[in-house]
Amino acid sequence: MAGPGGDMQWCFSQVKGAIDDDVAEADIISTVEFNHTGELLATGDKGGRVVIFQQEIENKSLPQFRSEYNVYSTFQSHEPEFDYLKSLEIEEKINKIRWLPQKNAAQFLLSTNDKTIKLWKISERDKRPDGYNLKEEDGRYRDPNTITALRVPVLIPMDLMVEASPRRVFANAHTYHINSVSVNSDNETYLSADDLRINLWNLEITDRSFNIVDIKPANMEELTEVITAAEFHPHQCNTFVYSSSKGTIRLCDMRISALCDKHSKLFEEPENPSNRSFFSEIISSISDVKFSHNGRYMMTRDYLSVKIWDLNMENRPVETYQVHEYLRSKLCSLYENDCIFDKFECCWNGDDSVVMTGSYNNFFRMFDRGHRRDTTLEASRENGKPLQVLRPRKVCTGGKRKKDEISVDSLDFNKKILHTAWHPQDNIIAVATTNNLYIFQDKVN
Amino acid sequence: MEVNMEARRILAVSISKLYASRSQRGGLRLHRSLLLSLVMKSARDIYHSSREEDAPSGAQSAPEEPMETSSGPEVPEPQPLSERNSSETVSEESDNKAKDYDCDTVDDKENLSPTKQSRKRRGKASAAPDFLPNKRARLEPGEERYSAPLGSCRVGAGESLATLSLNQVIPAF
Repeated sequence: MAGPGGDMQWCFSQVKGAIDDDVAEADIISTVEFNHTGELLATGDKGGRVVIFQQEIENKSLPQFRSEYNVYSTFQSHEPEFDYLKSLEIEEKINKIRWLPQKNAAQFLLSTNDKTIKLWKISERDKRPDGYNLKEEDGRYRDPNTITALRVPVLIPMDLMVEASPRRVFANAHTYHINSVSVNSDNETYLSADDLRINLWNLEITDRSFNIVDIKPANMEELTEVITAAEFHPHQCNTFVYSSSKGTIRLCDMRISALCDKHSKLFEEPENPSNRSFFSEIISSISDVKFSHNGRYMMTRDYLSVKIWDLNMENRPVETYQVHEYLRSKLCSLYENDCIFDKFECCWNGDDSVVMTGSYNNFFRMFDRGHRRDTTLEASRENGKPLQVLRPRKVCTGGKRKKDEISVDSLDFNKKILHTAWHPQDNIIAVATTNNLYIFQDKVN
Repeated sequence: MEVNMEARRILAVSISKLYASRSQRGGLRLHRSLLLSLVMKSARDIYHSSREEDAPSGAQSAPEEPMETSSGPEVPEPQPLSERNSSETVSEESDNKAKDYDCDTVDDKENLSPTKQSRKRRGKASAAPDFLPNKRARLEPGEERYSAPLGSCRVGAGESLATLSLNQVIPAF
């Protein structure tokens, strides 16, 4: 059965996380990100932990084993804090992880919670020094008087140890909750965005940041929109975009002025008046924005759809994909159970031909831009046999339900896929359900 | 009428969500609060316009007029700037919900421009419709509801407001 990308067929590869139905809140996955080579896969959770998986290329002759990801490092990135001045607890939940391009043997990533961004260095140690003159094997000091000969200590192999250490802490720059971080293509700066402001940082400097966007009105009661996501252009170090709760995206050029309150481009699609409802504003709020790898397009995710925008055309998207249009008639219930506030992310594949996003019932959707095909797949342990091919799922919107279809009312809205990631080069995807991480790969891969 | 009931239900749900979000870990979320207020505004507008269609008499519509004090949605400021105290705001709003009712009549002089600037910040929820308890702490400078002269109001008129407006609130149901 052909799927997006021609003959791509997705197979189960691995699942990480507890099998328990009873989900511990700290284990809820809050972000997923491949590094630039795809060798490392990082997840952040509500408990403030970061878990990094590494791809083990165990058996090159058998391609199906190429994408085994095993735990490489686990560390506590953020701890719960308390803001005494405002009497507010600061959650330790990791909102975003972004990898830095690799410059040396160590790996670096930025992880952020609501208020503080941290730069972590992940390095390997596989040798240890041996043969000290003044120290015994167990570390005790030797009496210098007993030493009769000198030797040069040597490095001997040891079991691989992966160490994570916080190299920079970027704190106290955000009054509101941080929703995005994005590393610039210049590899020196990065931006962090909260509800009302975007700050520009130098990776080396923690006590200072530049405010580049500020949409806070003088009178907060006049507030009409907030910033929901922001990202640097993949190649142009002067360009970034930010999306808003009103469904608009602004592209800014940092060369024009220091404060980028005035956008260079405003991307907005006029609302379809026939779709107007109580909840129009909520569902038009953009939850994620991602540039394509080639830098010519950007993708936005709102509650019901994914839109692809050409950076040269501001008045409408070039492509719109309905993720779960059958939910449009259920918006009132989704408002009551809070699901309407869910923030789904989206991602591009390596060559920008396919986009992916999550939905409910542990379904996730892929849209093949070239072949104009879309598919719905499910992340479930029932389909968890190694290399089992995922069969496409279908939601029955009304009338007679066919065999294998699931009706809208049977969907489990507690099982949501908010975070997905696509390997930068291969057809390997990481899909996060509430507390499990699924890895799927293309059968051919 | 059905739209009216739907609007009321959504308003009630929204307000309960707003209350619930105060006890959330991490504090009030600005984005969420904004979206809630937008829904409430839509529902309130539809509720009022459908009521005006149902009951075109002036007596009913007049009490609703004073509700419109600002054009934009009102955001409870959960993470205050240095000049505000959020815990004070939050506790004041919840206290006042219990005893402060909206004054529906045009004759209400007790809720007019205060003699002194109140430190209380009017949150989103105070733009709720007349059948729900509403805090009307102060007016913004330049946003006078009535052309009554300054100095004609009493600050902290909560108790007498409650007795006055309860009679008007109940018929709204």
